[in-house]
Amino acid sequence: MSAALDFTPRPGAAPLHRMVLAQTGAEVRAVLRNGEQLLLTMIIPLLVLVGFSAAPLLEVPGRRIDFVAPGVLALAIMSTAFTGQAIGTGFERRYGVLKRLGATPLSRAGLMLAKTLAVITVEILQFAVIAAVALALGWRPHGAPLEAFALVLVMVLAGTAAFSGLALLMAGTLRAEATLAAANLVYLVLLGLGGVVVPVTSFPHALRVVAEVLPITALTGGLRSILAQGGGLPARELLILLAWAAVTLALAARTFRWE
Amino acid sequence: MDSPAVALTDLVKRYGRTIAVDGLTLSAERGAVTAILGPNGAGKTSTIEICEGFRRADGGAVRVLGLDPARDAARLKPRIGVMLQAGGVPPAMRAGEWLRLVARFHAHPLDPGALLDRLGLTEHARTPYRRMSGGQQQRVSLAAAIIGRPELVFLDEPTAGLDPQARHACWDVVGELRARGVSTVLTTHHMDEAEKLADKVVIIDRGTVVAEGSPRTLTGAERQLRFRARPGLDLDELLTALPTGTAAKESPSGHYVIEGHVGPELLGTVTAWCAAEGVTADDLSVERRTLEDVFLELTGRELR
Repeated sequence: MSAALDFTPRPGAAPLHRMVLAQTGAEVRAVLRNGEQLLLTMIIPLLVLVGFSAAPLLEVPGRRIDFVAPGVLALAIMSTAFTGQAIGTGFERRYGVLKRLGATPLSRAGLMLAKTLAVITVEILQFAVIAAVALALGWRPHGAPLEAFALVLVMVLAGTAAFSGLALLMAGTLRAEATLAAANLVYLVLLGLGGVVVPVTSFPHALRVVAEVLPITALTGGLRSILAQGGGLPARELLILLAWAAVTLALAARTFRWE
Repeated sequence: MDSPAVALTDLVKRYGRTIAVDGLTLSAERGAVTAILGPNGAGKTSTIEICEGFRRADGGAVRVLGLDPARDAARLKPRIGVMLQAGGVPPAMRAGEWLRLVARFHAHPLDPGALLDRLGLTEHARTPYRRMSGGQQQRVSLAAAIIGRPELVFLDEPTAGLDPQARHACWDVVGELRARGVSTVLTTHHMDEAEKLADKVVIIDRGTVVAEGSPRTLTGAERQLRFRARPGLDLDELLTALPTGTAAKESPSGHYVIEGHVGPELLGTVTAWCAAEGVTADDLSVERRTLEDVFLELTGRELR
């Protein structure tokens, strides 16, 4: 028997950072390898970006590309942190992957940290691609670069937390198939209602009241005020996102079933 | 240090009104292979999953390597290896990738490539899990259970659905783990598996232990005489010629079993009786009772 295969017990957990990085890498590869996930996280946002900035379909304030680009960035966050994560985690639960990982030295907190890091990694990739295409289409973000970057980062993290909470709430309670259907439906509804490409100011009053407290509307509105108007911290939008994050993450922590 | 690998005392597990485990007490020694046998729904998986920390017991005491799997999970998990009854691997993940990932959770793992090779999976290292056959998937799960060089391995029906080659490969691994001092607790339906592998067999039914011991103790010293002949022989007449305490039955039709003190005398009486009846006894053999006989005797024959 080769020396590499000595079954003599020599147990021990790897250092936490190594476990978390290994799991993060596996999660990122899973997203990048999955055709449907790529469609959701890359192709659809890019189509929306190119389509709506080129075609004069809607009346928007200011230059068309400057209005659409922040909306598409918000859509990208939602597609990864909410739709992709809900479907992915739902099926991991169904296939016993979450259960099996629970028997390894990687703790559940470690697994959640890895999932968060994976979502953020994919978002960085999305931002790089979307920003490059938007700039090529003539996008001119406003505001002082460093300040705008910091503000966008705050909004993106708050949005990621809110959408992750929703994703885990769904994935941890519904059957995988139900999560798949519901996550896609919610994605479409929020895409339509959340000011991604259609300004909520064009909605009838009653609908607008509802739309304005949605997390996607808060994220699009916040990013747009920073990047299109060169505004400061969008406090109201940030508070809405943080409230969604607090409620959904607390509910998810209480109701999540690992198998 | 010398606490048993697993010690369960008066274990109880309920799901709503169903009692899955009902006051079960068992212990699995260190460095030994312990097989938990039982019909479907006997409580095997519930028991093993409480040991693994997946479920909480509703009553009784659980000690795994001297630790409480619920409270000391963080200290216990690096020391145990787990093979679930099914699944547990992301369907799109390649076998080699999964093993490298699990290896990176451990401080001194086995080499994933060498382990794949040992289990005959080298050419499937880049095959996604969902494209593998059932037997290959089982071997990937077995590999993941032992890659962290655990002290104790839990295998829930490790050879279910395996072809004979893969079953023997799995048995070889369990034998080698035992030789290296690893403790193994496994559940199985296969009597031959328990008989071949286990130092100790625990038969459970309706959530409680109905018999335990080494396969040899369980099958006992009693032997049986078996033969085949035309169906419908009058066994009552034969029994009058045999010492009291001897039992005879025809099951299934045309297959006869005589149980009792099987010695030269009994053998002579039976063959003489066959000669008198004008029947030829085919496949006449004297055997020890099998574990399957014991199992069916204890758990009944009705289907569940």
